[in-house]
Amino acid sequence: MTQTIKVHGLRQGYGKTIVLQDINLTVASGEILALIGPSGSGKTTLVSTIMGMLRPKVGDVTVLGQAMPNRQLLAKIGFMAQTDALYNALTGRENLNFFGAMQGVSKQTLAQSIPAAAKVVDLTEDLDRNIGGYSGGMKRRLSLAIALISDPAILILDEPTVGIDPVLRQKIWLELHKMAAAGKTILLTTHVMEDAEQADSILMIRKGEAIAQGRPKQLISDYQVDSIEAVFLKAGRQQDAHTRNR
Amino acid sequence: MRILAIVKRILMEMSRDKRTIAMMFLAPLFILTLIYFLFQSNTDQSATLAVQNADTQLVKAIDQDHIKIKYVATDKTPTHLIRNHNYAGVLNQKGDKLTLTLQNSDQSKSTILRQGLKAAQAKLKMQAAASTLKSQGQALQKLQQSLGNVQIASPGTSTAKAITTYQQKTHYLYGSSSSTFFDTLLPVLLGFVIFFFVFLISGIALLRERTTGTLNRLLATPVKRGEIISGYLLGYGIFALIQTLLIVAFTMYVFKIQILGSLWNVILINILLAVVALTLGLLISTFAATEFQMVQFIPLIIIPQIFFSGIFPLDQMASWLRPVAYIMPLYYGADAMSSVITQNAGFMAILPDLGILVLFAALFLGLNLVAMRRYREV
Repeated sequence: MTQTIKVHGLRQGYGKTIVLQDINLTVASGEILALIGPSGSGKTTLVSTIMGMLRPKVGDVTVLGQAMPNRQLLAKIGFMAQTDALYNALTGRENLNFFGAMQGVSKQTLAQSIPAAAKVVDLTEDLDRNIGGYSGGMKRRLSLAIALISDPAILILDEPTVGIDPVLRQKIWLELHKMAAAGKTILLTTHVMEDAEQADSILMIRKGEAIAQGRPKQLISDYQVDSIEAVFLKAGRQQDAHTRNR
Repeated sequence: MRILAIVKRILMEMSRDKRTIAMMFLAPLFILTLIYFLFQSNTDQSATLAVQNADTQLVKAIDQDHIKIKYVATDKTPTHLIRNHNYAGVLNQKGDKLTLTLQNSDQSKSTILRQGLKAAQAKLKMQAAASTLKSQGQALQKLQQSLGNVQIASPGTSTAKAITTYQQKTHYLYGSSSSTFFDTLLPVLLGFVIFFFVFLISGIALLRERTTGTLNRLLATPVKRGEIISGYLLGYGIFALIQTLLIVAFTMYVFKIQILGSLWNVILINILLAVVALTLGLLISTFAATEFQMVQFIPLIIIPQIFFSGIFPLDQMASWLRPVAYIMPLYYGADAMSSVITQNAGFMAILPDLGILVLFAALFLGLNLVAMRRYREV
């Protein structure tokens, strides 16, 4: 197990507003890390910084031993954005082909990896339909398939399970665990606590700060509660108490 | 490789948007046809002149193709006549005082009447002078005869000269006698149409990429910013090329407009104009948050360019206004286009214009690459 993503002492923001403060995290290969937190807590900003879309204000981000931002390294990261960024005039297959080409995957490889990725997200039969007729959940699944298309060493998924039904969610998690077992690094954001429980480790973010970090079972016993949701609420109260004392 | 994938995607997206394709290819033809007919009917305009109590000889002299004469009673005032009968003008004579009252709501009709009256007066004066000279000449001849064989320079010969009617023949260096303002306008329109549609469609396309998040998603792949811009240039360049060929073919075969210069130069100018329009459109789309805001840039960016593209001759403008034209890409494009189409200018003659267009494109391209840094810093 090697550490593939390292974030150290990160502070990030736009202009004068600070969005993230003192963030430290490491993810090793074969590990699934879930970033959980309410909307607006800074999860997407953290993901963007790890991807190198934003330069860290303070601190540093290292992916596969190289400092981000680094354009070439993006070829090794499969990314699923929070908003479904798809071309509505094209079919599912055409979208996969296009983003595959952008990711630098050869045509021959794409011919095999497209059916495989479509199977994971259960879109095989709808691949040749226009995206315009897709439901919200189908678009979400296609976005996930795009992230998988290049068989990347690192998967970064921003809210991958929103709008996906429980049966398919189970299936996707099964697939994610399989990929992690094969040595891939997976970082995902969510605000669904059930998702967080499936992860190997959790980083809870609230108001731009990390409020709790660790393995799900460990966190539950540390905070002496019975669920991840309770951990989040308790850690949140502690954060508020701490800021009041300051 | 990535550039080609972007080009392919743009072509696929466009081919499924039938409305946009129709607008890009048919709308310019429609506009050109409309303008063509507008300028056709303009060549034989005539004005009606009401005549009150005027010298019949003068009226006869005025009477010509473009002026219709109406004799009217003397008891009504000119203003009354014009208001009630919509005459372009009323000519009124009191003694040897002529008064021309013009409606002047259509200045071209006023000009026709003013020039007609002037020409008639000149004609009458010429006739008068000719007849006096003639009678003088006859008198002199008689005098000569009575004086016998005295040799004097006879003014009678100059009389003959004054009466000579010249054989007039006009040669047209460019175009022919059937040339209308449309022939002057066409090269400008050709450039403008390409510029406008490429600017609007490519600008909105990139804007849509921004608003739907696909641009962000694209930049999460190892694609270079330059590759995205190049893909756009190539993809929309193809459409601009098709548009150019279509418009040029249409004007050549339907309007029978002669392109004196090389067709290749016409295409080259249009491609360059399209590149400038594209890079400008992409750049401007950075400052727009919605398609609606993009359209709002048209009066600011596009319309002023029409005014300075040669429709109004630059040398008739106020001198302080002229330099404004030099910052308008369309000015150079239209200038080169006019030279090629109407004056058979060669490649070397339009090279300065082309060079400036290349500079514009390079400038906008650079600014685009900088503007895209907002989305990804490497």
